[in-house]
Amino acid sequence: MAIVAGWLVGTVARAMRVTPQGRILVLDVPEWPGNLAGQHLDLRLTAEDGYQAVRSYSIASFGDGTTVELAVDMLPDGEVSPYLVEDVEPGDMLEVRGPLGNFFVWRDSQTEPVQLIAGGSGIVPLVSIARAHRAAASTAKFRMLYSVRAPEDAYYAPELAELVGDSFVLDWVYTRTAPVGFARAAGRITRADIEASTLPVADNPLVYVCGPTGFVETVARILVDLGHPAERIKTERFGGK
Amino acid sequence: MAVFSRGFGSRRRESDPELPPGQYLTEDFPVLSAGPTPRIDTADWSFSITTESGQVTTWSWDQLMALPIEDVHTDIHCVTRWSKLGTTWRGVSLDTLFADIDTSDAYTMVESYGGYTTNVPLEDLLDGKAWIAFEFEGEPLDPEHGGPARLLVPHLYFWKSAKWVHGIRMHSDDDPGFWEQNGYNMYGDPWKEQRYW
Ligand SMILES: Cc1cc2nc3c(=O)[nH]c(=O)nc-3n(C[C@H](O)[C@H](O)[C@H](O)COP(=O)(O)OP(=O)(O)OC[C@H]3O[C@@H](n4cnc5c(N)ncnc54)[C@H](O)[C@@H]3O)c2cc1C
Repeated sequence: MAIVAGWLVGTVARAMRVTPQGRILVLDVPEWPGNLAGQHLDLRLTAEDGYQAVRSYSIASFGDGTTVELAVDMLPDGEVSPYLVEDVEPGDMLEVRGPLGNFFVWRDSQTEPVQLIAGGSGIVPLVSIARAHRAAASTAKFRMLYSVRAPEDAYYAPELAELVGDSFVLDWVYTRTAPVGFARAAGRITRADIEASTLPVADNPLVYVCGPTGFVETVARILVDLGHPAERIKTERFGGK
Repeated sequence: MAVFSRGFGSRRRESDPELPPGQYLTEDFPVLSAGPTPRIDTADWSFSITTESGQVTTWSWDQLMALPIEDVHTDIHCVTRWSKLGTTWRGVSLDTLFADIDTSDAYTMVESYGGYTTNVPLEDLLDGKAWIAFEFEGEPLDPEHGGPARLLVPHLYFWKSAKWVHGIRMHSDDDPGFWEQNGYNMYGDPWKEQRYW
């Protein structure tokens, strides 16, 4: 897939508040070359006096086409994410560059079992991978573990629920508030959660882990301790603690 | 010419003329890596330089610690846009390690525990430009940040400062390493914004 060298103009086509802290943004990028499932882009904002800021965002959409979907979680003391979550409106313009990253990707030629593990907005590239899996009618065994603070903080919850089927299993971890009747008490992800709710080492899955850096560090370490070979674990760290 | 984003800029961070283009300052120390953090005990650690003739020179942790150790004050710039100014490191200069190495190759492949590689021209490692660093801000380097030891080549984007460094292999050609095969620039000069292909 082509890598585009320069900045491409994007126009916000839709902006949807989907969680208390986050939005899905759909951008029209006429020159977008398409992207693989799991890739990210750089997004650049320019103020009227020329001041610029750039941040990376994973891409929830995949394949050909010039519509690019992002989901952005707001860090209240951040510079870029509050603008994207609170201020930007359909019709506003920004710039993107990409797609970027050829490692944290899934191609529909892959047939091995896949375990996806997301924390918070780390779901974005994994949704893209899950969508690609569905679109290809892939029979590769997929399982996803999604850790969120509370049910209302989950991105793409209805869509993920619909993906569940013979080759897609979905498990949840709630860190602050679990839904009524949910068997597991709210709390941070543990080794026991990963043992109970992910594909075992015996399946030799390829594991994709994405989220805040601290989440990824914790989960990747548990996976290694459980016996998953390090080279079967792909990680994308979003930053933070 | 950039397009303007309506209403953007009210929360801006102070821009700093000391920063390369497209970078912003952070107090944190973000982590870029493609897999789990390897955990290597210094008792098991070694570093070696392998030349085109097949000659291998190896240092154990204790042998490294017995070499002259330098204090390094430097700015660092990550391809994911953050920079830190005035960081403090301790490590052994690559000039010291290469002092008795006989090679005519112009390129190196830096190899890490965990299998990562990155390519760096030899001249970018010599003349006081690079170190094997094992202390950051007065503390042993965390595994997340490449401990027990990482390469420190601060004039290039920080992915070139290979974490969990294990060795350097001489190459006659500038072959791409792991990061370079996965979309990052062959050289990585932050002042020229050589981020991606
Ligand atoms: C490859 C990649 C893909 C990413 N994809 C997404 C995505 O799909 N959705 C998304 O919402 N974000 C994503 N991020 C994070 C994003 O790039 C920004 O870091 C984030 O939006 C914060 O930017 P900001 O300008 O609002 O905060 P800043 O002004 O940059 O930082 C505010 C404070 O928060 C800290 N911080 C930065 N990032 C995080 C974090 N992730 N969690 C906690 N604290 C943090 C900073 O160190 C700082 O102290 C991705 C990052 C990377 C590297």
